[in-house]
Amino acid sequence: MINEIGLVALVLAMMSALVQAVVPLWGASRNRPALMRVGSSAAIAQLTLISLAFACLMSAFATSDFSVRIVAENSHTLKPLFYKLTATWGQHEGSMLLWVLVLALFGAAVAAFGKKLPATLRARVLGIQGLLGTAFLAFIIFTSNPFARLNPAPSEGMGFNPLLQDPGLAAHPPTLYLGYVGLSIAYSFSVAALIEGRVDAAWARWVRPWVLTAWCFLTLGITMGSLWAYYELGWGGWWFWDPVENASFMPWLIATALLHSALVVERRHSLVNWTLLLSILTFTLSLIGTFLVRSGVLTSVHAFAVDPARGIFILAMILGASGGALTVYALRARTLQQPPKFAPVSREGAILANNLLLLVATAVVFLGTFYPLIIDALTSDKISVGPSYFDTAFAPIMLGVIIVMAFGPMLRWRSDAARPALRSLLPLLVSASAFGLVTGLVGQSLWGGVGMGFGAFLLGSLIRWCVVRTKLGQVNLSQSLFLARTFPRSTWGFMAAHLGFAVAVFGITAMSAWETESVAAIKLGETATLGDRTYTLLSVKIENGPNYEAQRLTFAVSRSGSPEGSIETERRYYPERDTTTTEAGIRPGLLENLYVAAGEESANGAFVVRLNHHPLAMWIWAGGLLMASGGFVSLSDRRFRVGAPHRVGATSIARA
Amino acid sequence: MEVGKQEKTTNTHATGLPRWLMLAPVTLLAVIAAFFAFGLTQDPHSLPSTMIDRPMPDFSLEALENGDAPLANSDLLGRVSMVNIFGSWCPSCLVEHSQLIEIGQSGLVALHGVDWRDPPGAGAAWLAQYGNPYAKTGMDRDSTLAIDLGVTGAPETFVIDRGGRIRYKQIGPITQQVWSETLLPIIRKLQSEPT
Repeated sequence: MINEIGLVALVLAMMSALVQAVVPLWGASRNRPALMRVGSSAAIAQLTLISLAFACLMSAFATSDFSVRIVAENSHTLKPLFYKLTATWGQHEGSMLLWVLVLALFGAAVAAFGKKLPATLRARVLGIQGLLGTAFLAFIIFTSNPFARLNPAPSEGMGFNPLLQDPGLAAHPPTLYLGYVGLSIAYSFSVAALIEGRVDAAWARWVRPWVLTAWCFLTLGITMGSLWAYYELGWGGWWFWDPVENASFMPWLIATALLHSALVVERRHSLVNWTLLLSILTFTLSLIGTFLVRSGVLTSVHAFAVDPARGIFILAMILGASGGALTVYALRARTLQQPPKFAPVSREGAILANNLLLLVATAVVFLGTFYPLIIDALTSDKISVGPSYFDTAFAPIMLGVIIVMAFGPMLRWRSDAARPALRSLLPLLVSASAFGLVTGLVGQSLWGGVGMGFGAFLLGSLIRWCVVRTKLGQVNLSQSLFLARTFPRSTWGFMAAHLGFAVAVFGITAMSAWETESVAAIKLGETATLGDRTYTLLSVKIENGPNYEAQRLTFAVSRSGSPEGSIETERRYYPERDTTTTEAGIRPGLLENLYVAAGEESANGAFVVRLNHHPLAMWIWAGGLLMASGGFVSLSDRRFRVGAPHRVGATSIARA
Repeated sequence: MEVGKQEKTTNTHATGLPRWLMLAPVTLLAVIAAFFAFGLTQDPHSLPSTMIDRPMPDFSLEALENGDAPLANSDLLGRVSMVNIFGSWCPSCLVEHSQLIEIGQSGLVALHGVDWRDPPGAGAAWLAQYGNPYAKTGMDRDSTLAIDLGVTGAPETFVIDRGGRIRYKQIGPITQQVWSETLLPIIRKLQSEPT
């Protein structure tokens, strides 16, 4: 019964999405306020109905109702309740339902928080969100019905992929979707602006918080995904250039560009056309990402739904949403008011340069991801593109990004001279090069040295920026501190995010250049060596978990003879799915991670043990978290609060 | 690039950019969509026609058991052989497993296994538990061979002639019926072919 309520709610949700799409758009074109207002109510109705459907599906998982097909295929009575609930989005149908739930959430948020928006703009934004909602709900109802029944119902479910039974992964899709789908707001705002034919600083101020929110969650989602791959997949890698990873990375790259170009629109009213294009492209890449994962068009470690019918549906959605938006763009963008000029050497110039670099980086990832498909289409050869292509093509572009990141903040808006900025960074350039040279020579790695040098340059430029801004050394310390305290939150956000990038550069460089590995077959009591550390297999125990049995290996670690405690690894066997997973033993540290993975016991009682030394590994994810938190800090800036400019003005006058 | 052009023409009011440039993004999207559409028309099951009668792609896979020699093209020469793609994560692989053990014991054909997309150790543990029908087993953790072969799911089995050419592809589990009615006749025929 609950199941049927869910399905009915889903169908009703599609109808309210349709109302949300048609009525406000029509009202906006006829300038009828009553019709335009329908958008908000419909958006809230749509959210309520989808939440109800989602709750119904979740209750089917919670009560292990195996007459529901996806519950029977993906759950099991023995599974802990937490993973029963998270299994709701652990497969195709449920994850698409989560997708529309997030879409409706953003639509309702615009309805609730966008009261200050001009009526027509708001109506059009909601209308376009409604169109997207209608398409995705139709996709779910017609190709991926989560409430489909199974008759006769099996008495026990088929379990759940134990690899996915992990708190990190349970939180991964919702976070990623908040990012992916959040970008739809930037898309809707851009298309609405193109229809209205008006883009101004106020428009950018409305859009930026949404882009920033989406970007923060996308950053968080990608970071978590990478961390999960590191500790759960048992490979010790953190990024594989897998098509599904690329699917989330490409929107992130363009969203990063968009974030900065929208800043230029807000502050300088330049780059308007460019920002509109980026908004549409970002969401296009989100849709293509969905296409990639859901259609099974490319082979991937992740691909779990191979179904051409779904692929065709999503392809039609890409054509409708992006094709439609880009056509409107082609027709209308030229009629928008032309922006004020700026010199190539200026803050805007630097942001544009980095935008272009990020776009090229996206193109590189895109080409690498789809190259097998293109070659197959043109020559019908089957090929695959390995990580070496991505590494060699991507790294140099990122070096360019770092250089511009270091200089950009030093430049003034509109027009500046290159020479003072260069002079101000020259000592830094010299010392960063020296640092890179030394680390490169000591570590005997060209790319290691280059990466460390560039990372140091970026870090130094941030410090230099702070020194200049707080007039440190020019005025006394208390005045400098006072200047630092007057920084708006968005400035702190900028610093945290750029610092995060520098930290990640160090981590990525160290992991790429200086990771070491050794493999050995050892028996109980024997010792394996990696670098100056030894690992002795102390004990092998059998432990029972809630739905698995584990073989736990304990290793004593010592470095140059002095003991450093122990590390445990597990191999878990899940009888219900007859699957074994590896829980690698990881000792995280500020400067290095020790990583131990063990294979199964061979006939003579020896275990194949893989030891890894991962220098600065935590810096990769710490950098990602710093970037995301920088975004969240910026988001809390009062300038982003609706209607805030007036209040800020008023209080500052009162204080004066 | 766009803005550079804009700058030059800013003074001439609203018509900044040439129209063809504004059409570029939507054109690019159309091209990409065409490739996607092609990708969708590729029915994975039609693949045999492209791989059949082609030589087995060059490969060398690390052996499942530590210390054994890798599984490579040279293992497939001189004898009619079968290469079975499996994984410990694949329930249908267990379905065909008893049949594979029977085939392996019969000695009628050289049966090799490719452990696909398994974490280290998982494949070996799985074989230790259910029995090992394979003469040799290689690990294809990163899908290098699987992509070359156009494998779309496990299990899949390739029948290879004495010259190392792929002659037949079985998609899905090998049941008693598939073995006796399809695979065995093909293998007999290949064995009777002159080299």
